[in-house]
Amino acid sequence: MASRMAAAADTEVQIITGNQAMALAAKRCRVQVVAAYPITPQSQVTETLSEYVAAGELDAEYVNVESEHSALSVCIGASSVGARAFTATSANGLAYMCEPLHWAAGARLPIVLGCVNRAMAAPWSVLNDQQDSMSQRDAGWIQIFARNNQEIFDTAVQAFKIAQTVSVPVMVCYDGYLLSHTVMPVDVPSQEAVDTFLPPYTPHTILDPADPRNLNQVTLADPRENEKGVLCHGYMELRYLLEEALEQARDTIIAVDEEYAAAFGRSCGGMLWTYRSEDAEVLLVAAGSLASEASVAVDALRADGCKAGVIGVRAYRPFPKQELIEATAPAARVLVFDKSLSYGNEGPICGDVKAALYGSGSHPAVHGYIAGLGGRDVRAAELAEAVRRDAAKGAVAPTEWINCRI
Amino acid sequence: MTNLIDLPGEEYMLPGNRACAGCGLALAYRYILKALDGRAIMCVPASCLTVLGGMYPVSSVRMPWLNVTFPSTAATASGVVAGLKALGRKDVTVVAMAGDGGTVDIGIQALSGAAERNTDLLYICYDNEAYMNTGVQRSSATPKGVKTTTTPVGGKREHKKDMAGIMEAHHLAYIATASPAFPDDLYDKVRKARDMRGTRYIHVYAPCPPGWLFHTKDTVNVGRISVETGAVVLYEIEDGAFRLTGLSKEIADFDELKPLTTYLECQGRFRDLDAATIEELETRVARRWDRYVARDEEADA
Repeated sequence: MASRMAAAADTEVQIITGNQAMALAAKRCRVQVVAAYPITPQSQVTETLSEYVAAGELDAEYVNVESEHSALSVCIGASSVGARAFTATSANGLAYMCEPLHWAAGARLPIVLGCVNRAMAAPWSVLNDQQDSMSQRDAGWIQIFARNNQEIFDTAVQAFKIAQTVSVPVMVCYDGYLLSHTVMPVDVPSQEAVDTFLPPYTPHTILDPADPRNLNQVTLADPRENEKGVLCHGYMELRYLLEEALEQARDTIIAVDEEYAAAFGRSCGGMLWTYRSEDAEVLLVAAGSLASEASVAVDALRADGCKAGVIGVRAYRPFPKQELIEATAPAARVLVFDKSLSYGNEGPICGDVKAALYGSGSHPAVHGYIAGLGGRDVRAAELAEAVRRDAAKGAVAPTEWINCRI
Repeated sequence: MTNLIDLPGEEYMLPGNRACAGCGLALAYRYILKALDGRAIMCVPASCLTVLGGMYPVSSVRMPWLNVTFPSTAATASGVVAGLKALGRKDVTVVAMAGDGGTVDIGIQALSGAAERNTDLLYICYDNEAYMNTGVQRSSATPKGVKTTTTPVGGKREHKKDMAGIMEAHHLAYIATASPAFPDDLYDKVRKARDMRGTRYIHVYAPCPPGWLFHTKDTVNVGRISVETGAVVLYEIEDGAFRLTGLSKEIADFDELKPLTTYLECQGRFRDLDAATIEELETRVARRWDRYVARDEEADA
């Protein structure tokens, strides 16, 4: 867990699930429009928010939509007129949102989405892996993983600020059941403290009859002149600007986390976090709760004299390239544990780590591991054992599946 | 009924837009915007209307427009409604406007959801009876027998979906059908719907010269004939009360429908109909007309 300095603001410790932490964060951020559709294991987020609205604790419009596609579409409409919008989903629900995910990013709307990571069907599974959000990594959203319930709350509050700073939607990803349905103590800042931290949302364009604008209209490949003869962007320039915003988001993610630490006494690590990595000869890389499990494995390895450490990928998009280069500098071996797969290639985080290190001057052996698909339990002992086995591998090795009994 | 010469002179649709010559949608849209007095936010999915609106960075419409994904018109509009409500804005009508494909096919789920929630918006379907923007492919609003690029031999085999009937099953405050060939009737209906609350639905039949294969000068004629023959029936349902309007009401009270063949023969898309299909269409139109007239008389009684 992140360092527990004395909290600078009023806080209250609540023993809550990850889903409740997410709902409470949305409430503290005074979301104005919530739209969501039931799906396991996300449902508790929206149930909790609808209870807040029904009880008058949250002054928001709660729209009971008929699908996830519509849930995100409602958020797109609400955000387009200047309301702070929130939705949450999992797995097939996120896949059903694929079209509006791209749309929200292209329209540069600061929507926040809670993605309670769950395995993709077929076959049906309601249990955890990270294939759902990984499958949407190229939609133009910022994606940030939380490793425990405190980080779910903190990351969600930060997400609204990041989103409206860079005009890019943010997906807050956390593991289904392992976090969503597990109770943990969470320091919850007061409403006043969050109000001070998070300014109101002002949209980049207002839809108003007094100043009519046509948003998201057909845009050609090349720049065109407007009615005043001013050359305006073509499609490609608009895409460049979205990418530029994602690149700039690195600094924003770090700065917002630092501001949050100053206000609330807790940092989530910025782009990534490390554990016992300073002198590590072997590093375990993972995202979400799997990275927490890797920390337990590292303690066991260290007790055996193996200099191991952890890199927890917090921001997945934008990817923490520079931070990875620096954090892996002392290591001879890097083991990347993915809870998802880019079929026909390797784990997506593994591929991204290799790409980040290529040509950087830091070139440890990078070995990919697939673990925990469809809710398969991943124990710290299995991770530690993988590290011990890994010592025998050469510079290049095929992806290994942990505890796959085939 | 509003007289045509009394319509507001203010134009919200600018000249030089990208609609085809003789576009029935363009005619309808002009009157719809006049009826809204410009106090509306439009939500528009992929459709001919998107093309009409022009390409960035210029727009042919002096209205705030939100282009939305094809299936999500009513859902995104629901979000605009929710957002405006959350922000305390009450002076704007939210209008969702989509074609027949965007309404009766890919958009029906979002529309049914918004209607079930009685979302405070006006939904207008402009029905040119096929996917015209993508090159005249059949939709579930295409009538039986029509040749399209995806029903090239023998025409479409299935009958048209009764979307206004489906919307009636949602028990809305207001449902109407309209045609740009009767702009006064269309204007009054949009005006009435504008001032009501909850979900309101207007189904506008929009003749399409390149899709229906008639001369661009004949758009209004084809629209008139569609009503004269009963292929299109003008009506409104206000809080459940059914009423024929405009020319359909006049025909019911004082006249009779012209032969359907007048309508089928004034355009090229029905050119390959065989006798049996013509008879089937005639029977269907006649039965439907009788049902509408009976409902209208029931309301009069």
